[in-house]
Amino acid sequence: MNPTSINSTELLPSSSKVTPSGVTNETFIKVINFDFFYGKKQTLFNINFAIPSKHVTSFIGPSGSGKSTLLRNFNRMNELLPGVRHEGDITIEGRSIFDASIEIIALRRRIGMVFQKSNPFPRSIYENVVFPLRIMGCHKRAHLNETVERSLRSVALWDEVKDRLGENALGLSGGQMQRLCIARAIAGQPDILLMDEPCSALDPIATAKIEELIVELKKEFTIIIVTHSMQQASRVSDLTAFFNFGKLIEFDHTNRIFTAPIEKQTEDYITGRFG
Amino acid sequence: MSAPAFIPKNRYRRRRDYFRCFCWIAAVIIIFLLGLIIDEIFTKALPAIRHFGWHFLTSSEWRPNRDLYGVLPMLFGTAVSSLLALLLALPLGLAVALFLSENFLPRPLRQLMRMIVEMLAATPSVVYGLWGIFTLVPLVQHYGEIVVHHCGWIPFLHGPAYGNSLLTASLVLALMVLPTIAAISRASLVAIPETLREGAYALGATRWETITRVLLPYAAPGIVAASILAFGRAMGETMAVAMLIGNSQRLTLSIFSPSNTLSALLANQFSEAEGLQINALMYAAFILILLTLGTNIIGELVLRRTQRALGGGS
Ligand SMILES: Nc1ncnc2c1ncn2[C@@H]1O[C@H](COP(=O)(O)OP(=O)(O)OP(=O)(O)O)[C@@H](O)[C@H]1O
Ligand SMILES: [Mg+2]
Repeated sequence: MNPTSINSTELLPSSSKVTPSGVTNETFIKVINFDFFYGKKQTLFNINFAIPSKHVTSFIGPSGSGKSTLLRNFNRMNELLPGVRHEGDITIEGRSIFDASIEIIALRRRIGMVFQKSNPFPRSIYENVVFPLRIMGCHKRAHLNETVERSLRSVALWDEVKDRLGENALGLSGGQMQRLCIARAIAGQPDILLMDEPCSALDPIATAKIEELIVELKKEFTIIIVTHSMQQASRVSDLTAFFNFGKLIEFDHTNRIFTAPIEKQTEDYITGRFG
Repeated sequence: MSAPAFIPKNRYRRRRDYFRCFCWIAAVIIIFLLGLIIDEIFTKALPAIRHFGWHFLTSSEWRPNRDLYGVLPMLFGTAVSSLLALLLALPLGLAVALFLSENFLPRPLRQLMRMIVEMLAATPSVVYGLWGIFTLVPLVQHYGEIVVHHCGWIPFLHGPAYGNSLLTASLVLALMVLPTIAAISRASLVAIPETLREGAYALGATRWETITRVLLPYAAPGIVAASILAFGRAMGETMAVAMLIGNSQRLTLSIFSPSNTLSALLANQFSEAEGLQINALMYAAFILILLTLGTNIIGELVLRRTQRALGGGS
């Protein structure tokens, strides 16, 4: 079976299909029969789904259900760990990310990642933002300056820090640091933005800011966000995938998942009746 | 809510008080002993201090037969041998620290490497000295002559080349301070939050870029502290240096010539010293203790500050 010939809708669990209405059906990321193992322990089981471009997809599910594990496969971060193994495939624009011709560095430059705990480098705000450009070998002042302003404006941080770009990034507030990390993740102009519980360490105001940002950023990026907050998932995402015990239980339009889930497990989870 | 009656409430507190008291006494004794040592040295050095004053530090004459004493060559030898040792050991120590903290090697190999480095630290000084005499001295002699022949015009490399030389001592010192540098640098690399590494890799950084642009800058204060402490250790190191440096009281600028350090001077001359020479040696010892103590205090302060900064940052 040639995976690229599969229509995205076919990849969804048969009980729940992403209706094309309102969603450009152009498949961007496709996960095909994907299994994942930490050593001998299997953590993902036969995952199949397709994500369209320039949409926000949220991954929800109980702790340990494999959301982060799957997320970290898109940019192959899991390969930093010893003894991991996968089966099946993930494609971006029809090309397997595990293909031997794909350079892992190039792949990661196409995919920005934001972590649960903000992780600015202990350098200036400016150097944090231009880090991806510097490692790509760009040293043109004008271009760097322009990138810094554009990226910081995108995350609504420019006005707050424009007078202290040379200061150490660790002096920012938690919410500012997280927005800086988003700015850094998009500075290299990736196509995809992966976010693993980006707001879990933030207060409601900082969270609201980042949620606004996500809605804004989806004009440019395909965003996948892992979240434990049902409200957040329903506020920011177009599509929602529910995971449980390493399996994709249901994948659908967000409003459908939250109003009329097909699977009993999904309903139990979103209504809080879960374990 | 009060504690259940069957737990004697005060017993633990009293035990803790005894322990604290014991610690205080120990601390006071240590400070007292250190003070006593410095005082003893200073008192014995006093005649020489009165006699030579600052001139002791700037004169390069050390002639017991004429009661002329100046330690400029030893100061120079101490500084240069320690600095050279540091320059040699720092890249190697950093490399070891990186090998031990990053996932270059499988875990068992890392453990093995760590054990080897710890064994380096546990090896007695005199063993290094013996090894130096039988292995390093001939090597330095042989290759020194070649270097001097070809590059003798470069400052610090002029001949003639001796086996017992500043370079030989520095090489052994480098080996001896390597564990200090590796251990403290490793500790500051290991203390770096994993999220920082992941952040760099996720942006498409290679391992090399992650190390040079993120990890080393983060660990830099710890590495500086490691270097200062290693420098202090190198300055105070005695036995191996005394066996290898050639014990020449002449001020020479080539790393291939015999030289001397303060500690080696003390070790070599004390047994036969008399009269003013003893006072002069005590003066030298006083300078040495000030130097090593000062370096160690600075190193500890830097280390303390970096630890506090890291603790506050995360
Ligand atoms: N580095 C690892 N080595 C071994 N097992 C791991 C590792 N990371 C995660 N796991 C296991 O894989 C399973 C899925 O973990 P994962 O972190 O993907 O869950 P999650 O859905 O992101 O959970 P959470 O909501 O708590 O973040 C868990 O059982 C976890 O114990
Ligand atoms: Mg997770």
